[in-house]
Amino acid sequence: FLGAGGGNDIQWCFSQVKGAVDDDVAEADIISTVEFNHSGELLATGDKGGRVVIFQQEQENKTQSHSRGEYNVYSTFQSHEPEFDYLKSLEIEEKINKIRWLPQKNAAQFLLSTNDKTIKLWKISERDKRPEGYNLKEEDGRYRDPTTVTTLRVPVFRPMDLMVEASPRRIFANAHTYHINSISINSDYETYLSADDLRINLWHLEITDRSFNIVDIKPANMEELTEVITAAEFHPNSCSTFVYSSSKGTIRLCDMRASALCDRHSKLFEEPEDPSNRSFFSEIISSISDVKFSHSGRYMMTRDYLSVKIWDLNMENRPVETYQVHEYLRSKLCSLYENDCIFDKFECCWNGSD
Amino acid sequence: MFVRGLKRKCFDGEEDIEGTLAGIKAIPSYNLQRQSLLDMSLVKLQLCHMLVEPNLCRSVLIANTVRQIQEEMTQDGTWQMINTQSTGQASLDRLVSTDILCRSARDQAEGKHVPAYGTFNKDFESDHAQDSSETMSTASSVQAPRNLQSNVWEMENPQENKGNFQKSLDQIFETLENKSPNSVEDLFSEVDNSYYDLDTMLTGMMSNTKMGHCDSLETFSSPTNAASNSNCKSDLNDLDHIVEILVES
Repeated sequence: FLGAGGGNDIQWCFSQVKGAVDDDVAEADIISTVEFNHSGELLATGDKGGRVVIFQQEQENKTQSHSRGEYNVYSTFQSHEPEFDYLKSLEIEEKINKIRWLPQKNAAQFLLSTNDKTIKLWKISERDKRPEGYNLKEEDGRYRDPTTVTTLRVPVFRPMDLMVEASPRRIFANAHTYHINSISINSDYETYLSADDLRINLWHLEITDRSFNIVDIKPANMEELTEVITAAEFHPNSCSTFVYSSSKGTIRLCDMRASALCDRHSKLFEEPEDPSNRSFFSEIISSISDVKFSHSGRYMMTRDYLSVKIWDLNMENRPVETYQVHEYLRSKLCSLYENDCIFDKFECCWNGSD
Repeated sequence: MFVRGLKRKCFDGEEDIEGTLAGIKAIPSYNLQRQSLLDMSLVKLQLCHMLVEPNLCRSVLIANTVRQIQEEMTQDGTWQMINTQSTGQASLDRLVSTDILCRSARDQAEGKHVPAYGTFNKDFESDHAQDSSETMSTASSVQAPRNLQSNVWEMENPQENKGNFQKSLDQIFETLENKSPNSVEDLFSEVDNSYYDLDTMLTGMMSNTKMGHCDSLETFSSPTNAASNSNCKSDLNDLDHIVEILVES
């Protein structure tokens, strides 16, 4: 799952590889997003074919929190199907862009998965018992002849092979003109946001027929468009606060209490450009592809094309730490621009114990 | 392609070609490369004929790059210069240069050693040293080839490089003016132009909606001649047109 050069105390190594290792991979199998649930027991992956595959960690020793148990397939389901927008004569890809887990409230697990246009809430539940001993039905489901019923009995639950079922509980559609790039569940566990290139909407998990627009950066004249939203996330503790990043390398922090439409940011995080590294590709590589709050909410991590930066929310003018991920690519930006690889988006995430 | 073929020829020793001209053939000037980037970007913006909506973020970033280049060219004054220098060359020449750049950058990435580079640099420098009294100051002319050789896209000292490239461009044009009118065509005469007819490419794209743009570049075979430096104003109109298309989609 992970690989990176290790130094000092931390050694990184591949723990487990799932899927085809050879080059002959079907387009639909290409994984487009991954997300651990809050406990780390479950790992959800979304692919270009619109499927979600959930892996579960072996529970060898439940008291061990950082066990290195193997992950095995837990559930597979088709989340999104390809659609066609007849108005624009364009296909809507079924590729899963993001998956986010809801905090667990009962035995079932819930997650949000989204493609370019539609967000779906899925319930994943286990069934390991089934009722037996109905009075009016046979075990295979056929109705019994009522005249043959001579005694009554109480049906009982008997164990069965574990079955994991996924069912769509909510479908949040028709709220985004542009491609959804982020979803983020609020700390109130009732609302969540979805962000596309130009707008961010606020939803209630129970209400599918309407959402509130909280950010709109679409210019009146589209020819004046120079900046798009690339990622957005709610603050982990403050349910009125969220951030969104842009293609120009800025992060804006907004407070929903300030106004209904959060077009004016409360804080703007931006690092001044390094003039010695300036090139025609400077803006492109400064575009932020992912932003994640630390668990404490004091810091946030951003990923641009070549680096990962850690920001202190109290300091807007520069990050507190910068890590060069693949600096050797800086000299190859022209080639990467030609073959479009410079537009690839990378994600980042915090360790569970940050 | 362009660079490799000419380098081999120059290896044989093209004594009859002036150092400056040889310098042009081996190491495209900054302005030429910038123009190539501009053309590549315009092609990228136009090659969005897919069944799925094009990626808005990517389109915006490319459009911003195009704007940056055009702003710089306007500031440099090269916008006007290129217009006045128009000798009938088409934009396909700049696409040629684009391909050169990106291939040579890739070659550098793959660690391929191109021995001609070293030889060229020396020739360039020595020729320049001789010409320096006639044309530019010695300092800038000696610096120029070194700057040209280093990766032009990543300007480490933009101000210094701009001055140098501007001067080397001046030198180049001055030399060309002194030569016969056909010299600019000679520059590109070795090039196989069949790939780079922009019109054919665009027509090709209309019918082959799912082709990646690099694939489509390889499938063209319509012949064109080494034509003029195209009208940059038409490129600007193209950009407006492209943005219109983006808006509509």
